[in-house]
Amino acid sequence: MATIVEPTIFELSSPGRLGVTMPASDVPEVALPPKDLLRSELPLPELAEVDVVRHYTKLSKFNYSVDDGFYPLGSCTMKYNPKINEDTCRLPGYLFTHPLQPVETVQGNLALMFELQDWLKEISGFAGVTLQPAAGAHGEFTGVLMMAAYHKLRGDTKRTKMLIPDAAHGTNPASVGMLGYSVVTIPSDSRGNVDLKALEAACDGTVVGMMLTNPNTLGMFDENIEKVIALVHKCGGLMYGDGANLNALLGIVRPGDLGFDVMHFNLHKTFSVPHGGGGPGSGPVGVSQHLVDFLPSPLVGIIEEGDDDTAPLYGFISPKNSIGRMKAFHGHFGGGLVRAYTYIAMHGPDGLKAISQYAVLNANYLQARLRDTYHIPYDRICMHEFVMEGQFAGSDIRALDIAKRLMDYKFHPPTNYFPLIVHEALMIEPTETENKDTLDRFADALIKIAEEAKTQPDLVKNAPSTTPFGRMDEVKAARELVLCCWLPENYEEMV
Amino acid sequence: MTYIPISPKERDAMLKTVGVKSLDDLFEAIPAKHRFPKLDLPPALTEMEAAAHLADMASSNENVREHLISFLGAGAYHHYVPSVVDHMLRRGEFFTAYTPYQPEISQGTLQAIFEYQSLMTNLTGMEVSNASHYDGATATAEAVNLAFAQFRGKRKKVVMSPTVHPQYREVIRTYSQGMGIEEAGDNSNVDLEAGPESLMALVDEQTMLVVVQYPDFFGRIYDYTKLIDDAHAKGALVCIVANPTALLMLKTPASMGADIVVGEAQPFGIPLWYGGPYLGFFTTKKSYVHKMAGRLIGETVDARGQRSYVLTLTAREQHIKRERATSNICTNQGLLALCASVYMSTLGKTGLQQVANLCYQKAHYAASELSKIDGFGLCFSEPFFHEFVLCCPKPASEVNQYLLDNGILGGYDLGKDYPSLANYLLVAVTEMNSKDEIDTLVEILKEME
Amino acid sequence: MNTPSNLKYTKSDEWFDPSTGAVGITDYAQGQLSDIVFVELLVDEGEEVTAGKAIASVESVKASAEIYAPAAGKVSAVNKGLSDKPEILNSDPFGEGWMIKIEGGSAGDVMDAAAYVTYCEGRAH
Ligand SMILES: Cc1ncc(COP(=O)(O)O)c(C=O)c1O
Repeated sequence: MATIVEPTIFELSSPGRLGVTMPASDVPEVALPPKDLLRSELPLPELAEVDVVRHYTKLSKFNYSVDDGFYPLGSCTMKYNPKINEDTCRLPGYLFTHPLQPVETVQGNLALMFELQDWLKEISGFAGVTLQPAAGAHGEFTGVLMMAAYHKLRGDTKRTKMLIPDAAHGTNPASVGMLGYSVVTIPSDSRGNVDLKALEAACDGTVVGMMLTNPNTLGMFDENIEKVIALVHKCGGLMYGDGANLNALLGIVRPGDLGFDVMHFNLHKTFSVPHGGGGPGSGPVGVSQHLVDFLPSPLVGIIEEGDDDTAPLYGFISPKNSIGRMKAFHGHFGGGLVRAYTYIAMHGPDGLKAISQYAVLNANYLQARLRDTYHIPYDRICMHEFVMEGQFAGSDIRALDIAKRLMDYKFHPPTNYFPLIVHEALMIEPTETENKDTLDRFADALIKIAEEAKTQPDLVKNAPSTTPFGRMDEVKAARELVLCCWLPENYEEMV
Repeated sequence: MTYIPISPKERDAMLKTVGVKSLDDLFEAIPAKHRFPKLDLPPALTEMEAAAHLADMASSNENVREHLISFLGAGAYHHYVPSVVDHMLRRGEFFTAYTPYQPEISQGTLQAIFEYQSLMTNLTGMEVSNASHYDGATATAEAVNLAFAQFRGKRKKVVMSPTVHPQYREVIRTYSQGMGIEEAGDNSNVDLEAGPESLMALVDEQTMLVVVQYPDFFGRIYDYTKLIDDAHAKGALVCIVANPTALLMLKTPASMGADIVVGEAQPFGIPLWYGGPYLGFFTTKKSYVHKMAGRLIGETVDARGQRSYVLTLTAREQHIKRERATSNICTNQGLLALCASVYMSTLGKTGLQQVANLCYQKAHYAASELSKIDGFGLCFSEPFFHEFVLCCPKPASEVNQYLLDNGILGGYDLGKDYPSLANYLLVAVTEMNSKDEIDTLVEILKEME
Repeated sequence: MNTPSNLKYTKSDEWFDPSTGAVGITDYAQGQLSDIVFVELLVDEGEEVTAGKAIASVESVKASAEIYAPAAGKVSAVNKGLSDKPEILNSDPFGEGWMIKIEGGSAGDVMDAAAYVTYCEGRAH
């Protein structure tokens, strides 16, 4: 097959070529700083605008995206990203406001943030919300810091253990590790719930709390959720909810009502903030009443009440026992909060509930269609996603092969090898923005691949064959560690 | 409105396949008493209504393009963004993709981020760049994490210059709460005369990391070579928090011997956006790559022998190393790394040098004119780039209020973070400020009572 | 799978040479980890270790593992060259891939080669 490799922008560069240039200076010229403070060279590319456009356009075509097709990446909620969000978040009033402007000049931004805080509280059943965290993991860290601060303020210093189910995402234990706490892994039972016996045995006076994803990463809503929370609370621990899977629960149940004490939202999953090829996300955190004083600082609040004729004056407030600041400025305002606000405003209470109803319907439909072909180790009504095994008795085809073969059918593969408790896991999350036809074609492809695994195993093992690139040599990448490129060696002499 | 593409007929067929009667029957695992809460939220808007509502809210702000002349920086800068940048970012192939876990169908993102890594290493002079952090402040906190991991917790002191951005220092304090770290130098009572070497008084055999800013929060340019040599002699690492626009002109932190160079790359094509999302960059030496947090892209070949790119050294990260990982970061700022790359390639070496030069020239013109006004003066004599401290005859907060009444967003009131600097204003000037704007600022200040 | 009979083995897949005090990871362990790209020794020469203490951290292209001391005692030598050539753990785990030497130590919970082979077979699924 002909090579289609695109040169790097450094290779495309040509000495003296100009792109966008700046106007001439309109002020009297002054001397530069002393020479020993200046850099001797600036080895950056030189391209014309058209070179840049063609380069990135070509690269973009090597990508598969939600706009291209079905992207059932479990735990990631790859729903359609409405185009209107791209317009609202680029309104000049949002694009061109500086984070340190006096609050009187940015009441539109602050009103939006204040209202979004309120909406997220209402959706989740929590008493307070911070919009500061930049992503889910950042929200987790925020939450765990608050849990620690809560115990510390009460003088309860023996607590150093966090309980985390075996199905949890890696960010949960990693967030705990950042505080130096230890992790106690709690197994799941045969129905995919937290194993209550193991939980009970682990609950004692050294427990900081528990971090639970519910529905969990198997797509199962914990059938004993109230018992789980009661056990953790009884030993003095706090209950953290990983809200990555909130797309199953909008208008269905509020984690705060169930007794969770803290939860992060992933605006880039549930509320349609695009994933951007890796980010940025936005990870607000909600807390129950006894933790509101620990929220990061600052929060958006009303600093002067309004009345019938005047709007209130919004500004920043610092919670009494705040854990401090999680990042510079106020959170992912433009790219995160404005998009999520637009999305919630356009859905309203019924629209939000419909999101979760259809996300769950789509997952159950796929599960039903695939049940006879693939082994589903935790087989009951699932929530917005489910996990099946990507392996067949008597065959050496593995989940990875199935994932790669799906690319030949023009689908993005499901998440594989996660959660860790299912062998050869394939974790499928269709989201609510897919139609029946797409789901049917996807199920058909998976059924066909199961057939191919028997009849043409090499086809599956060598997949993908129709994508621009084949499987990668990951060992070479890790051993040779070529992590950046430069201008060609004789660059200045090039024509 | 919703984005659900399923008709009632299709829904019924699907429910039948699943074996339940209604959508609500799918939720029996949920405790009945909490099931289906009534959410008290405003009713749904159509797209037309939402567009109008958001435009309405946006227009109640005073922005720096349409309403205010701005001299405000302090960590977020108003620069020109070439048109091409947003056109590229708006390609759905980029912004609606996930993290490139499946390299065969993500080479666009992977190569773009590999190029971003390359641009950042060439800019800073360092050997390795990761694929981004949330912002400049969290990137700096991650430098502390790297040092902590590098010394395996055996050194626990971080020495921060008081002229590192106050919010960055706050974030470091928040991040390090559970690690038993001692912070030194993080003092709002700054000695304005003290040079960077004065920090050495705090650096000892317990020190894992020294953090300084370049140019510092007051805009001053220092050569940190001596400080770095001295800190290395004590076995400590040194992290420089750098402004990327300034790096286009100034000596590289690598040439001073820095171990870690981080910063906020918002000036590279990212709108002010009321504070985010921005782009934390993180570069270091190859020898620390295994302790560096965040994603990393490496070059390799595919099964057909084509040059290609993959996420590499992933066993450092949370999904494999779990509680032993240096950091919990997962989602990063991928699209904004692309943004910075398109910005840098569109302007190219020449355009970027022009931006840096314009910032420098205009800031110096402003500084010189402002310091001629009675009662005003430059606070420091050290070289500066595009930001400087102006001493005012009265509190900076009053000066700013007066300027705002005249349509000008003044500088940053240093009294907010440094109580002894209540009369000091941190003024930023970029290529966006015309001579007319600077002259207007000067004229208005001349008339201040 | 190679399991030299003069060595003792742990359930966490370290080997221990009672005659020299050398410690490393087993052939089985390197196979499970696959291509090893990073190794960091967590103890210094002269340090006292207890059996079960983490002495090294290993990362491969797809996994990571902590390596624990199979015996208590004083660390008399560390294999400094390993960090530059982590792939040696794959190619020669019982030879050049030794990690540290523990002197005067008493072995912790270890088994002989035959028991270790049975133990590994029991884990294959
Ligand atoms: C269950 C779960 N928790 C936490 C996270 C981390 O969120 P983020 O990537 O936004 O940091 C993820 C994201 O992949 C997740 O799926």
